[in-house]
Amino acid sequence: MLTFGTGNKAVAMAVRDAKPVVVAAYPITPQTEIVEEIANFVTEGSLAARYIPVESEHSSMAACIGAAATGVRTFTATSSHGLVYMCEMMHMSAGARLPIVMANANRALGPGWNIGAEHSDSISMRDTGWLQVYVSTVQEAYDATLMAFRIAEHTDVLLPVMINLDGFLLTHITQTFETVEPGDFIPPIATPHAIDINNPGGYGTLTPGNTHFKFRHDIERGMQASIPVIVETEAEFSRRFGREYHLYEEYRCEDADVVIIAMGTLGKEMEVAVDILREEGTRAGAIRMRWFRPFITPELNGKDVVVIDRDYSFGYGGVLAGELQAKSGCQPFSVIAGLGGQEVTYDDIAEFVRIRRPGTEHWFGVDD
Amino acid sequence: MFEIRLHSRGGQGGVTAAKLIAYAAFLDGKYATATPLYGAERRGAPVVSFIRIDDEPIRIYSQIRNPDLVIVLDESIMQLVDVLNGIKPEGKVFINSQGGTEVEGHQTYPVDLTSISLSLDLVLAGNPILNTPLIGAIAKMGIISQDSAKQVIAETFRDERNVEAALRAYEELKI
Amino acid sequence: MHGVASALHAEPNQYFIIIHVKYLKKRLDTMAIPDEEFLLKTTSACAGCPSSLILRYVTKAAGADTVLVIPACCTSVIQGVYPTTAMNLPVYNVAFASAAAVASGMSEAFRAEGKKTNVICYAGDGGTIDIGIQALSGALERGTDFLYICYDNEAYSNTGMQRSGATPLGAVTTTTPGGKKDHKKDLDAIVAAHNPVYQATACAAYPQDLYNKVEKALSIPGPKFMHILAPCPPGWRFPSEKTVEMGKLAVKAGLWVLYERENGKLTITGASKAAMKKRIPVEDYLSVQGRFRKITAEETAEVQKTVEDTIARLQREVDGIC
Repeated sequence: MLTFGTGNKAVAMAVRDAKPVVVAAYPITPQTEIVEEIANFVTEGSLAARYIPVESEHSSMAACIGAAATGVRTFTATSSHGLVYMCEMMHMSAGARLPIVMANANRALGPGWNIGAEHSDSISMRDTGWLQVYVSTVQEAYDATLMAFRIAEHTDVLLPVMINLDGFLLTHITQTFETVEPGDFIPPIATPHAIDINNPGGYGTLTPGNTHFKFRHDIERGMQASIPVIVETEAEFSRRFGREYHLYEEYRCEDADVVIIAMGTLGKEMEVAVDILREEGTRAGAIRMRWFRPFITPELNGKDVVVIDRDYSFGYGGVLAGELQAKSGCQPFSVIAGLGGQEVTYDDIAEFVRIRRPGTEHWFGVDD
Repeated sequence: MFEIRLHSRGGQGGVTAAKLIAYAAFLDGKYATATPLYGAERRGAPVVSFIRIDDEPIRIYSQIRNPDLVIVLDESIMQLVDVLNGIKPEGKVFINSQGGTEVEGHQTYPVDLTSISLSLDLVLAGNPILNTPLIGAIAKMGIISQDSAKQVIAETFRDERNVEAALRAYEELKI
Repeated sequence: MHGVASALHAEPNQYFIIIHVKYLKKRLDTMAIPDEEFLLKTTSACAGCPSSLILRYVTKAAGADTVLVIPACCTSVIQGVYPTTAMNLPVYNVAFASAAAVASGMSEAFRAEGKKTNVICYAGDGGTIDIGIQALSGALERGTDFLYICYDNEAYSNTGMQRSGATPLGAVTTTTPGGKKDHKKDLDAIVAAHNPVYQATACAAYPQDLYNKVEKALSIPGPKFMHILAPCPPGWRFPSEKTVEMGKLAVKAGLWVLYERENGKLTITGASKAAMKKRIPVEDYLSVQGRFRKITAEETAEVQKTVEDTIARLQREVDGIC
């Protein structure tokens, strides 16, 4: 059904259509509308889920862990300080191999208080074992949320999935999007290690150094196995519902001499910058990274690379730029832009390409 | 692409108005986006919302710097904010005005939305409802169709007086 | 391991050897405790461990349709090391602060699927009174259908006896080498403020009282809470065979009062009925534990006064005065 709404609403509607059994909810700007909408769905009866109003984000993930451990489908949403507050439970949920799905409205961390878009919150969860997908339109927020359940619950994966959408820029923008009837696109959940009263076992017991690493290695196996599952899921989604997604999205890259790489809404707006640059005679292209974990290294083929990070790792650099450099050997022009909702326009992005100096870092607003 | 910047005060319904205009454009078969620019939300503080309407999917998330239309829901904001900042040379201005304010150099459309609402007793939490008459006025300007304007109001507001408010604003706006 | 076995079995034997008409009813009650064991004899608990003694009776009362949710605490260790376990029940080990919240999710999921499975949090005092109190408060407030049990050994025993909010005045721990200068946090008053459907105290030294309360708690839907005193031989510095004796001294001195509060109505139970009227001096309890070796006369007097105040307050509640 074609409809019109915010990124938050699209996530909530996808959750409704995926039919989780337990939703844990704690409000935080700018994701609050997601849990409000879900509360409405539960109240009006369009979603038959248990809605647990927890007292903190640490507890929202804890409640999802408890529910998912019994083998039911779960969802929660958070942002920024909420995400880092639940950090411990991020490790616990992935380590317990529970296919929890969570939306994160990307937002800066304090101090000072700032509710604008920034990826530092989710990037700091990089090593927890969660899959991370970054979306760039309201439609993609809906689609990626639906697909997240199928990917997380796949028995080759059994890892939680986080859908990241830029705070305000995407959570609060109103756009056209189409909902679907998922049918059996998301098969019934069948967690093989769900708690079984008739076959009691210990979960997460003391695990000494001669076995702990095996469980860690298994998480990585699940992470690697997720790549073909993501590809298959996106292909099946396209076959059923007609909308195409890839591990990363290329725009006018075929003959490009320089590519801009970014995640989230900047990854969409940069297409306009590419068009402007092409009109000027610069053969530019764009690669929008969708999956940050598992990390998918795009084909760069010796092109100049301009990476825009809406995040920063202090003492290191832009995280996306650094990871791309490490994995592909490219020497990116690393631009740090958009922190805390800093306004970045397509003109600004085009300018990043014009002033690029491979192998250097550029803080937008500082180094101008 | 047609770009609208809407200036209002917190509590006036500017954010909702932007959504409703974009929704009407969506019903017209266009691509449309509405984005509120959030700061610290306080009732009475100046608020800005952006609306983009196009025949192609919209890929831009940044703010509108060169609007085709500026909507001012509270005339007094013009003393605090440069509402005309970046407006295109041919850009138009809509002002909710009791005194028929005109802006020099730009086609101006003053309509007294506040009086229309108050005369119909359309008041929410102490504030006159400006959304519905605004939609009527915007339809008169040809930015959205009459049919979509009616549908948006019917879907969003149960009270029949909202339709009446839209009709009055439609009548009062002079092309 | 021999010490563990003797601690686990000493207490019921004390009941069984007293065969007297006067105790017949009590004896019959004791015999009602099922033989089935869910905590197997392969635990890695310390000799004389009260936590495993309590857990044994808790699980007997709960039965097989039960999941234990256990935050970091002594029981994380007691249950054994992967790939083996000493628990013949599903045990979900969770992060320190999260037990009650995990239980919320688990209970809601079971109920949504039409299952009546008992969800029991079995947590130490640190995981309850300190780091876990926010999650506990939330779970109680939102009406989670579960039983939260705090077994209270009055310190972070698992990590070698550091002070917790449950450590009593005057007790030496590794982080209060001069003796604690603050009082024990009144956890039960905090829980009572949430008006749970059932709230009780118990003590490792009185397994029948404990068993009855767990059984009753699990028969009532909604949030239930039990606070169980767990005298810890290495932590409190007393011989391993004196766990039960130490628990009895606490009750007889009125330092620990056995009661239950059902729908707001308080009932004093078991050995505490006598202690409400006549108590041994707190000194008799403090002087036999190494942890109180540095307690001052003033502090001892303060502990005694706290006991008298608490007893008086509980008596007023029983009498319906407050």
